[in-house]
Amino acid sequence: MINPDSVGRTFHGADQVIVTQSEIDAFAAVIGEGDTSVAPPTFSIRISLPQYESILTQPEIGVDWSRLVHGDQKFENYRPIVAGDVFTCSATIETLRTVAGNEIVSVRSDLHSGSELVVSSWSTLVVRG
Amino acid sequence: MINVGDAVPSRVFELDRALLKAYADASGDQNPIHQNEEIAISVGLPNVIAHGMLTMALVGKYVTDWAGGSASVKEFSARFIKPVIVPAGEKVDLTVSATVAEVDGNRIKLDLIATSAGVKVLGMAKACVHAANL
Repeated sequence: MINPDSVGRTFHGADQVIVTQSEIDAFAAVIGEGDTSVAPPTFSIRISLPQYESILTQPEIGVDWSRLVHGDQKFENYRPIVAGDVFTCSATIETLRTVAGNEIVSVRSDLHSGSELVVSSWSTLVVRG
Repeated sequence: MINVGDAVPSRVFELDRALLKAYADASGDQNPIHQNEEIAISVGLPNVIAHGMLTMALVGKYVTDWAGGSASVKEFSARFIKPVIVPAGEKVDLTVSATVAEVDGNRIKLDLIATSAGVKVLGMAKACVHAANL
């Protein structure tokens, strides 16, 4: 069971995340995108998903990552990500519910460059019972 | 001139196990259900499945090619309703199409459809773009 006290909590990444050109190049190559001057529109999942994993698998929250499937995803890209961006990341557990034995957790990620909000994204993650 | 109801030409992407490995490395998502058949089947899946976010990345490529580059996508959302199943040694399709749902100057909303092997894999897939070259 996911700890219900975790709903509404916001977690701030301990470290800043620096985006490199080689990371953008590799992500773009997979989808056949030749223009790597900016990152593809879903690139930020590379930053937010590992952050969700490190937060949600903490013992006091208790998600079993091996039982997890991705339910839905939404991005709001306020500007494209570019190489050299240095992000501070926060993640918020927005809702938690149980449907048919599966725990469904909705999480939000915000990536800031200084005071500028660059990307917000929302993920629904399903922990299969 | 773009009008509500216009169809965007469909496009077919091909996925295989090598692409799943490449996406795992590029995204950092090394969940074994996207690479290891034994593990995928052990958790109740029919076979290795593509990362939902790989499917979404490819649909994103379809959108950005139409709208004028990666910077054009302002909002992008989808539900992962069925897995894209990728058996060993096979290439499977991801077929993407779209309809223009809303036009406000160069701000265009698209309703997206993505299927694999004839099965709809994304639900409620939508993108809002600021089109650069339309």
